[in-house]
Amino acid sequence: MDWLKILENTVSSLVGIDAAYFALAALGLNIQFGYTGLLNFGQAAFMACGAYGIGMTAQYFDVSMWYGIPIALAFVVILSLLVGIPTLRLRADYLAIVTIATAEIVRLFVRSVRFKRFFGGSDGINSFSTQFRDLSPFDPSKQYGFRPFQYSGYTFWTLIVAWCLVGIFGVVVFYLMRSPWGRVLKAIREDEDAVRSLGKNVYSYKMQALVMGGVIGMFSGMVFALDRGSVQPDNYSRDVTFYVLTALVLGGVAKVSGSIVGPMIFWGLYVFSDNTLRELTRDGGISVFGVGLLQKSQVGPVNYMLIGIGLMLLMTFRPQGIFGNRKEMALDGR
Amino acid sequence: MVADRVYTETAQRARAALAGVQPAPGVAKPDPILLADKVKKNFGGVTAVDVDHIEVQRGSITALIGPNGAGKTTLFNLLTGFDTPDTGEWRFDGRSLAKVVAHKTASMGMVRTFQLTKSLTKMSVIENMKLGATHQVGERWWNGLFPFRWKAQEKLIEQRADQLLQRFKLDHMRNEYAGTLSGGQRKLLEMSRALMTNPRLVMLDEPMAGVNPALKQSLNEHIRGLRDDGMTVLFVEHDMDMVHDVSDWVIVMAEGRIIAEGTPEAIAANPAVIEAYLGAHQGKSLLGEETPS
Repeated sequence: MDWLKILENTVSSLVGIDAAYFALAALGLNIQFGYTGLLNFGQAAFMACGAYGIGMTAQYFDVSMWYGIPIALAFVVILSLLVGIPTLRLRADYLAIVTIATAEIVRLFVRSVRFKRFFGGSDGINSFSTQFRDLSPFDPSKQYGFRPFQYSGYTFWTLIVAWCLVGIFGVVVFYLMRSPWGRVLKAIREDEDAVRSLGKNVYSYKMQALVMGGVIGMFSGMVFALDRGSVQPDNYSRDVTFYVLTALVLGGVAKVSGSIVGPMIFWGLYVFSDNTLRELTRDGGISVFGVGLLQKSQVGPVNYMLIGIGLMLLMTFRPQGIFGNRKEMALDGR
Repeated sequence: MVADRVYTETAQRARAALAGVQPAPGVAKPDPILLADKVKKNFGGVTAVDVDHIEVQRGSITALIGPNGAGKTTLFNLLTGFDTPDTGEWRFDGRSLAKVVAHKTASMGMVRTFQLTKSLTKMSVIENMKLGATHQVGERWWNGLFPFRWKAQEKLIEQRADQLLQRFKLDHMRNEYAGTLSGGQRKLLEMSRALMTNPRLVMLDEPMAGVNPALKQSLNEHIRGLRDDGMTVLFVEHDMDMVHDVSDWVIVMAEGRIIAEGTPEAIAANPAVIEAYLGAHQGKSLLGEETPS
């Protein structure tokens, strides 16, 4: 067992690119789910908007990658309107059903053979991040940082951009939620009829929340795509949404700190348990009294099981998450 | 009961204005703030509301009473845009309200409360209040990011909210979560939050439900206070003592229709009303003996 290596990997994953793009997605989801009470189970679709926006720009239009942002924004707005117009008038559960279906439709649409010309089918879009790489002030062949935070030049550059975005949007969300606008959103989460009776256009506020959360999710998708240097349709399936949601709940909903630290801890735990299991099975599987318990090939699924158990325990003993407000949770029962 | 009632100046004025009005269902009032025509609503095969004509006198306190299932709350929902009628037309202060959605009626000066209080439990009392103010600059997201654009207005709103909280004796709960308030306090909070919209017509759906007797008296005072401040009040209530105490005019509904109208004294003696509430055999004991009263 190489504990030092496990520990190093865990610590570095706390600020890794996965945590960063999850934090962005969670910040967006937090506006929708945490503050406004919109059960958006399709955050992956908004992330795909960002990823495909930037990928398609570089691939097909031969223009600066910055055009990817307005194109992705247009995708997000179109998607929000498509999802929101028919469903935002309904109760929250319906939005959940529709968004989960929408995310799947988006994924199947972009990976379809018919539209391969535009979206690259199941291969996705590759090698579009040259422009982004060229912007990097760091030497890609060198290692930056210090142990355990050591990255190649390109990863280091992506990380800086990603965490800067997290910082910017964290501040934006924080200030928005302290404004009267945020107050209306929180009130909608509590009781939308009350808000309506006080003369606020609930429908419009929900739409604003959906779009704004979607836009932050879009940047998350961009960061992810730029880091991988490719856009794969299957990276934007249901499980991404649910992991982001899990990370958000882990941190504590309706808290900016929760949506940033939640993903960090989520990935920290993930990497820790994954690395530990891998170290344990490095010299063959584990068996007790001749009964095989764990094979090398089973590490992945078992890791998810362990994380699942951990989250169940968390929800039982600390339902408000790490930063959530116990007092607020207690008011729910009334 | 009637003798105990003290008539303030506004109460006398409201009474005088209604003095010449015939106590008949759907009668015209001298100065109606709200009037509705042929409002009909069916739920499946059940006619919930079928009101030919209804008028609410400006500056008065009008009670809407009737047995359970009479359609009072449905009528409320229709008038405030929370539900759409099958047919009908209604006007508030001279403006047609047909096709006006719920959130618009509030900015027109017509605000309602709910039978089951809708206090926003995870927000503090003062935040609940501040939400009520209309036309807030900071409620547009692009302004929300820049506190200097809405801080000044927020301060004024907060002052007004604090004044109202003081008036409704909720100021000691100012920073508590609304979810920690008692049932009666929630009613008060909802009423004062509604007042933050600066309404001309306040519609209260069962303001007394779940309120303890001690608080009822002060709630009565508060409702009379609304009229003193120039507002019109329309309320649904089951508590007859309260109806008697505060209302200038009573409209009785049964099975979706208006069956009687009149002053509280006249309504109390109206045989049609007693029949609607108690059935035709009212006053007679089921055992055929005299009931001790």
